[in-house]
Amino acid sequence: MSIKETAQAVMKKAVQIAPDALMPGGAPDPLIRQKHGLIGTPVSRLDGPQKVSGTARFAAEFPMEGMLFATLKYSTIPKGKITNLDIAAAAAAPGVVLVMTHHNAPRMKPAPAFMSSAKAAGGDDLPIMQDAEIHWNGQPVAVVLAETQEQADYAKTLIGVTYETEPAVTAFEVAKADSEPGVFQGEPLLLEIGDADASLAAAPHKVDAVYRTPRHSHNPIELHAATVGWDGDHLLVHDASQCVTHTAWSLAEVFGIAEEQVHVTSLFVGGGFGSKTLWQHQTLAAAASKLAERPVRLMLSREGVYRIVGGRTLTEQRMAIGAQGDGRFDALIQTGVVAMGRHNNMPEPFILPARSAYQAGSFRLDVEAAKMDMVANTFMRAPGESVGTFALESAVDELADNLGMDPIELRIRNEPEKDPTTGAPFSSRHIVEAYRAGAEKFGWAARKAKPGTHREGEWLIGMGCATATYPYYRMPGGAARITLTADGRANVKIAAHEMGMGTSTTQTMVTADRLGLAMECVSVDYGDSHFPGVVLAGGSQQTASIGASVAAAYRKLITELLKLAGKDSPLHGLDADEVIGRDGHLCKSDELERRESYVSLMARIGREELTAEASAPPPLEFTHWSMHSHGAMFCEVRVNAITGETRVSRFLGSFDCGRILNPKTAASQFRGGIIMGLGLALMEETQFDERNGRVMNPSLAEYHVPVHIDVPEIDVIWTDIPDPHAPMGAHGVGEIGITGVGAAVANAVYNAMGRRVRDLPITLDKTLPELGLVP
Amino acid sequence: MSININGSPTNLPSDTRVSLLDLLRDHLNLSGTKKGCNQGACGACTVLVDGERILSCLALAVQYEGRSVTTVEGLSTNGLLHPLQQAFIDHDGFQCGYCTPGQLCSAVGMLREVRRGLPSNVTNDLEGESITLTRDELCERMSGNLCRCGAYNGIVYAITEFAETTK
Repeated sequence: MSIKETAQAVMKKAVQIAPDALMPGGAPDPLIRQKHGLIGTPVSRLDGPQKVSGTARFAAEFPMEGMLFATLKYSTIPKGKITNLDIAAAAAAPGVVLVMTHHNAPRMKPAPAFMSSAKAAGGDDLPIMQDAEIHWNGQPVAVVLAETQEQADYAKTLIGVTYETEPAVTAFEVAKADSEPGVFQGEPLLLEIGDADASLAAAPHKVDAVYRTPRHSHNPIELHAATVGWDGDHLLVHDASQCVTHTAWSLAEVFGIAEEQVHVTSLFVGGGFGSKTLWQHQTLAAAASKLAERPVRLMLSREGVYRIVGGRTLTEQRMAIGAQGDGRFDALIQTGVVAMGRHNNMPEPFILPARSAYQAGSFRLDVEAAKMDMVANTFMRAPGESVGTFALESAVDELADNLGMDPIELRIRNEPEKDPTTGAPFSSRHIVEAYRAGAEKFGWAARKAKPGTHREGEWLIGMGCATATYPYYRMPGGAARITLTADGRANVKIAAHEMGMGTSTTQTMVTADRLGLAMECVSVDYGDSHFPGVVLAGGSQQTASIGASVAAAYRKLITELLKLAGKDSPLHGLDADEVIGRDGHLCKSDELERRESYVSLMARIGREELTAEASAPPPLEFTHWSMHSHGAMFCEVRVNAITGETRVSRFLGSFDCGRILNPKTAASQFRGGIIMGLGLALMEETQFDERNGRVMNPSLAEYHVPVHIDVPEIDVIWTDIPDPHAPMGAHGVGEIGITGVGAAVANAVYNAMGRRVRDLPITLDKTLPELGLVP
Repeated sequence: MSININGSPTNLPSDTRVSLLDLLRDHLNLSGTKKGCNQGACGACTVLVDGERILSCLALAVQYEGRSVTTVEGLSTNGLLHPLQQAFIDHDGFQCGYCTPGQLCSAVGMLREVRRGLPSNVTNDLEGESITLTRDELCERMSGNLCRCGAYNGIVYAITEFAETTK
């Protein structure tokens, strides 16, 4: 263990054994007790009217004076050197203002790769159009700027590139021979407790199989885009971003300017799912704009997104469980290999769910990364959990079948009392309640325990279930600013993001409840790097990060307000922790009639406005407690016995994610995750040509995502039990929905046809042989 | 050479390569109509031409000389939301909102197709007098409009409610 690792381990242990009271969340957020506010009521999106009327402006929709249109040309080899770039015809084409290549691009540093430092946003840390080297098939080799998009796109076709190809590793089997231990968030993924191999060998019941998941692409419908312009040495970027502060800092590093000189806005984002971070296009647009001395709009084509924005990588997972006759797990083994780019660090951590899902006598969990010459793979909705739960929860289903037990009962039998691998107490874990409620509502009792025995005409019908799980995270750096005005209104500013999660609406509700103001008296501004806070829209952590930041700013604001109000105020002598907001007033929390309105308080202090900015406390709570969201997924499928076609006919998700802040938008998050999970189960695959490292289906015609006709009505229910240690008692709900779905579908397919598919997606080529319809 | 967009006559571009979508977005700053693939696979660019839904990314602007185009900006009148727009808000028929303009225009055009009795792939009775807008009929007919956020359930509720109130 290195000195750094030892220090980290010591810190972690100290946080684990520290008294609860010293932890953030040690005292429950007062909002958890409040029962009559906006929290928990279904509120329609505040930005709804803009979105349905077409007035919401996305990144590529900001007109700028003198703006040029950009297009990119991509390499067609996976590794080697550009030996010749013929741009003469393109440069002379009508309307063309600039052709930028490595010959004339300004000198720039590589973008700091994501997770390499607190505000690093880069998908990789490769040079950006600085030399002749090619690192992946699809790397940008030229940027064309023209007066219109049509002129730019045409001119691009006139560019000639010749390459000297070098040997590349583009086949997974070759890369696997040279894989290395996966390191995630600074820590090795390998975890061993006891002798899992020996326990497995000795166990009377076992499953031991290999599960595979392919590459996936996020495919937000909004294409990645940036509209950029320079004002002297200040850069303005209208981006589609889930990390505005990270992007501003990282672009400043690239161009060698101060962070404050880069202004990134991103008010509306047309979906992200992990993909809308800093890739080469923003930098290239800014560089070209600098050379041309004019603003630039660069919207990637759909193919362009596949070429330069990475997706989820493939996984090959060995999953083994050894159990006693009563179902108790003796051994839990989940190990395997993922493909990873050479210039990023994202070893898809598929073992994360197994760290806390079940009690077991022994564990061996490990991920190896096999480096390949390919576009950098990256985070995609529930990185690790989405594909890890496929193997884990399929294996549990296989074991239940092997033991002749109901799969829900088998899961409950292995329910841990505390975190099975860290020993930390759970902050809030009500998965058994979620299973019971879900089974009841779904009609699980009607499932035929013997697979392949329920047929209606051509259709084989089956039911399956699986556990969903995703951690509670809160990342460092959260901060917010609240301004209270003389008319009793409040405004929050925070560099957070709204990609459709409902953040802006939900945080307006939460802030209104915290201050005791009506919703229409509160506004929340976000999506701007000049606002306070480093708030990644990722890891389902925004809700907690914003919640804790606003709570800190609120406390500072109220402290200041009470101090300034002086001894004539009825609240004199109270501190911020002794008051709560109600109906436009601050009230003594245990004596509500002792109160004063914000309007009166502001008049008393003689200010037009009062502003407070504060940072959230360090996020120690999820080390001190084991904090996770949970769910029980139920699926009914119909597999056609003649064609092999699989249709999902019913789906129910029963969630345990703390308190649900806005049932309307949370339900959409759950359903949206589940639907992406149906895609993962049945159709999604980024096809990678192992001969040359090129994505073969870079379009929405050939990469299939679920469409209207693929999606049944999806029922979602939740326990609504607050997590006493989380801000507002809530967990983020953006990622939990996709987890467990792959296994729930695969388990239902098994129950329908009596044959197991362990290789996603479950397409016809996999069901037909199992049905005996093709050899 | 003129085209009517949301009731206003507009000059057609001299560059015949300009798609109807790029005319709207890049040349007229009518950015309500969205680009999601530029190859007819996602439906985000759906607009109505003389009441029929088309994919504006697969249409050259000059082909539509003299025709009337309605975009999402043209659905609302005098600043009042179209009832289908309101139904999308009420039923949370979107998350990020990027596919929404296409879903809205597509739904308006789709309901006219149903009223005209045009069959779909899931219509059992091809000789029937009228089409019943079952859930399957609706979903089949809307399947050209992708929503990656997965707001499909809300979209279906919204369209169903609107269709019932305007029968």
